[in-house]
Amino acid sequence: MLTRRKLAVSTAAFALAAGFTGAAHAQQKTVVEFWHGLPQPLGGQLEQVVKGFNDSQDKVQVNPTFKGSYPETMQAAIAAFRAGNAPHVVQMFEVGTATMLSAGPAIKPVHQLMSETGSGLDAAAYIPAVRGYYSSKDGKMMALPFNSSTTITFYNKDAFQKAGLDPNKPPATWPEVADAARKLKAAGVTCPMTFSWPTWTQFEQVGALHDKPFASEANGFGGLNATLKINDPFFVKHLQTLIDLQKEGALRYGGRDNAADSLFPSGECAMIQASSGLRGRIVKEAKFNWGAAPLPYWPDAISSPKNSIIGGAAFWVMTSPKRTADEYKAVAAFFSYLARPEVDAKWHMDTGYVPVTLQGFELAKKEGFYDKNPGAEVPAEQLTRTATTENTMGLRLGNLPEIRNIIQEEMEKAFQGQQTAQQALDNAVKRGDTVLRNFERANKN
Amino acid sequence: MQRRVIFDNKALPYLLLAPQVAVTLIFFIWPAAQALWQSVHLQDAFGLRSQFVGLENFEAVLSDPNYLETVKTTIVFSVSVTVLSLGSALGLAVLADSKIRAASAYKTLLIWPYALAPAVAAVLWMFIFNPDIGILGRALNNLGYAWDYRLNDGQAMTMVILAASWKQVSYNFIFFLAGLQAIPRSVLEAASIDGAGALRRFWTITFPLLSPTTFFLLVVDVVYAFFETFGTIHALTHGGPGKATETLIFRVYQDGVVNHDLGGSSAQSVILMVIVIALTAIQFRFVERKVHYS
Repeated sequence: MLTRRKLAVSTAAFALAAGFTGAAHAQQKTVVEFWHGLPQPLGGQLEQVVKGFNDSQDKVQVNPTFKGSYPETMQAAIAAFRAGNAPHVVQMFEVGTATMLSAGPAIKPVHQLMSETGSGLDAAAYIPAVRGYYSSKDGKMMALPFNSSTTITFYNKDAFQKAGLDPNKPPATWPEVADAARKLKAAGVTCPMTFSWPTWTQFEQVGALHDKPFASEANGFGGLNATLKINDPFFVKHLQTLIDLQKEGALRYGGRDNAADSLFPSGECAMIQASSGLRGRIVKEAKFNWGAAPLPYWPDAISSPKNSIIGGAAFWVMTSPKRTADEYKAVAAFFSYLARPEVDAKWHMDTGYVPVTLQGFELAKKEGFYDKNPGAEVPAEQLTRTATTENTMGLRLGNLPEIRNIIQEEMEKAFQGQQTAQQALDNAVKRGDTVLRNFERANKN
Repeated sequence: MQRRVIFDNKALPYLLLAPQVAVTLIFFIWPAAQALWQSVHLQDAFGLRSQFVGLENFEAVLSDPNYLETVKTTIVFSVSVTVLSLGSALGLAVLADSKIRAASAYKTLLIWPYALAPAVAAVLWMFIFNPDIGILGRALNNLGYAWDYRLNDGQAMTMVILAASWKQVSYNFIFFLAGLQAIPRSVLEAASIDGAGALRRFWTITFPLLSPTTFFLLVVDVVYAFFETFGTIHALTHGGPGKATETLIFRVYQDGVVNHDLGGSSAQSVILMVIVIALTAIQFRFVERKVHYS
C-alpha cells in the first residue's frame, strides 16, 4: 500500500507539474518501462502491439522506448542495471541470451515470474525450436519469446527463367544451389547468390540442419566450458564450397551482419539466404517475381534436414532494488497478453517474423494467410519440421556477438585467399575458445 | 610580482581556476582513474562479480598477435592520414592564398567538409565507393576493375585513409590559411625582387615561417587519427575485412561496448593513453626544436 500511495503521490505531483488536475484515472495504473531495439517500421508495429495491451485493460500502462539497435539496447540495459535503474522489460537479441542468463540476480526468469504472480504460462504452447532457445537446460522458460525469425532462401524467379532454370523448383540441396548459381552466372547474372548474417546463416544454421554441433556441451546448453566445433571437416568442406563459388564469380560475399540484405530486393543478386524477416522489405521493394524456399542441405551429410534455429529477440524481465510485487504482476499481465494466439498471429502476419506459438501458426493458416501469401509458411514449417535435438535447440554461448564477428573476420580472410578454409576455421575456433574461456572466468561461481 | 598587484584576494585566482580544474577532474581524471581500476579487474557485463587480476588483462592484450597487428594497422593509418591531410591542406592553402578569381568561394568550399559529422562523411563516401550502390564503385566494376573494399584489405585501407584525411583537410586548411596570411608580404616581395622563384620562396620563407602552425597541426592530426576516426571506420568498414582496418581505438570500442570485456578494453585504453602521452612528449621535445616561433 505504501508503494501505491507513493505512486499516487508522484503521479499527482506529475499531474500538477504538467498543469492539469483531472488525471485521477491515471492514479491506479502501474507503469511498466519497456525498452526495445526495433527500428522503424517494425518499432512502430511493436508499439502498436503495446498499445493494444494498454487499451485492453485499465490497470497497467506499458511505456515502450526505442533504445537503438539490439547491441545498443543491451548496452543501455546493462548500464541502467549498474545504476540501479533497470527497465522492467527489455528486448534482447538471441545471441545475448547466454549473457542475460549469466546475469543471475539481474534478471527474473519468466517461469518464476509467472508462477510467483499466479499467471501461469504454458511453455508447451510455444514452438519447440523457439522455446528451446530461451529455456534453461531443464526446459524452464527464462525469457518470453516474441519476435523470432529464421533463415530461408529467397530467389528471383525472373532470373531463374532467364537462366533456363525451373522458377517453381528452387534448388533443395547445396550441389543444386552450386549448379543453379553457375547457370545464372552463365546467363549473365552478375551476382547469382549471396547471404546475409554470415555466421548465423552459414555456420549456426548449417550446423543445426545437419545435426552437427556448433560447440561442445550441447552447443553450450550444458555449461560454460563449451568449446567451438566448427573446424570439423564438414564445416571446412562447406566453407570451401563457398570460397570456390566466390572465386568462380557464382557467389558474392555481401559484407558483415545484414549488409547483404539490400542485394536481393534491388535485383542485384538472384538468390539470398537471409532472415525470414526480410520478406516485408522484398514485398515492398522487389520489382520482379520472387519465391521463398527452405535452406538447402548437403545430401551426403544428412538424408533429410533437421529444423533450423531462430534469430530475433525475446523479452527479459529485469530486476531493480526498487521493484514491487505490483510491478511484477503488471509485467506478468503484459506477458500473458503477448502470449495470446491472436496477438502472436497478427504480429507474424504484419511483420514477416515467424509465429512463436503453435496456435498462432494454426490461426494464421485458418485465416488463409498462406494461401494469399505463398511462401510465407516456409520459415515456420522449416522451424517445426522435426523434433529438436541438442544440436538444433539453438546456441547458449557467452559473448556470442564477439564469436560471430571473429568468424566473419576469418571468413573474410579466407575469401581473399589469405588463408585456407581449414586455417580460417582453426583460427576461428582458437580465437572463439579464448572468448568462451574469458566469459567462463568472468561468470564463474 | 605584478601578479600580486592584480589579485588582492588570495582566493580569487583559485576561484577563477576552479571551472577548468573541475572540467579536467570530471572529464579526464575521473574516467581515467576508472579505466585504471577496470584494467586490473575482471568483471562480468552486469558488474555483479569482479575480482582483482593484477596485470592479467595487460598480459592478455599484449600477447594477442591480433593486437600487435592492430598496432601496425594504426601506425600505417595514422601516418598516412596525418601526412595526407597536412600535405594536401598546405597545398590547397597556398593555392587559395594566391590572387585568384573567386578566392573566397574556394575557401568556403574547402572549409565545408569540417561541418560534417564523421559518420555522415563516411556515409557519403559509401555512396561513392560501395561496389553495389556507390557511383564510382559501380563504375570501377563496370570498367572491369574488381573494386570491393569488403573483401580487399588494400582497398579498404585506402578508402578509410582517404575518408579520414578528407575530413581533416578542412581543419588544417583554415589554420594554414591563417598562417599564410600572417606572413608579411614585404618579405615575399623582397625575395621576388631578388629573383627568387615561387618554389624557392615557398621553401625558404613561407614554410619556415609556417612551422609553428605546422607543428600545432601535426600534434592535433596525430591525436585526430588516433582517437577521432572511430566514426569513419565504424560506418565504412567496421574494422574489416578481417582486421585490416581495425585501429586501436576501434578495438577499444569493440571489446568494451560490443564484447563486454571491460577489463581488456580498459587495459587497451590505458595503453593507448600512454602511447599518445609519449607521442606528444616526443613531438614537443624533438620536433618543436626545429619550430621557428618568429
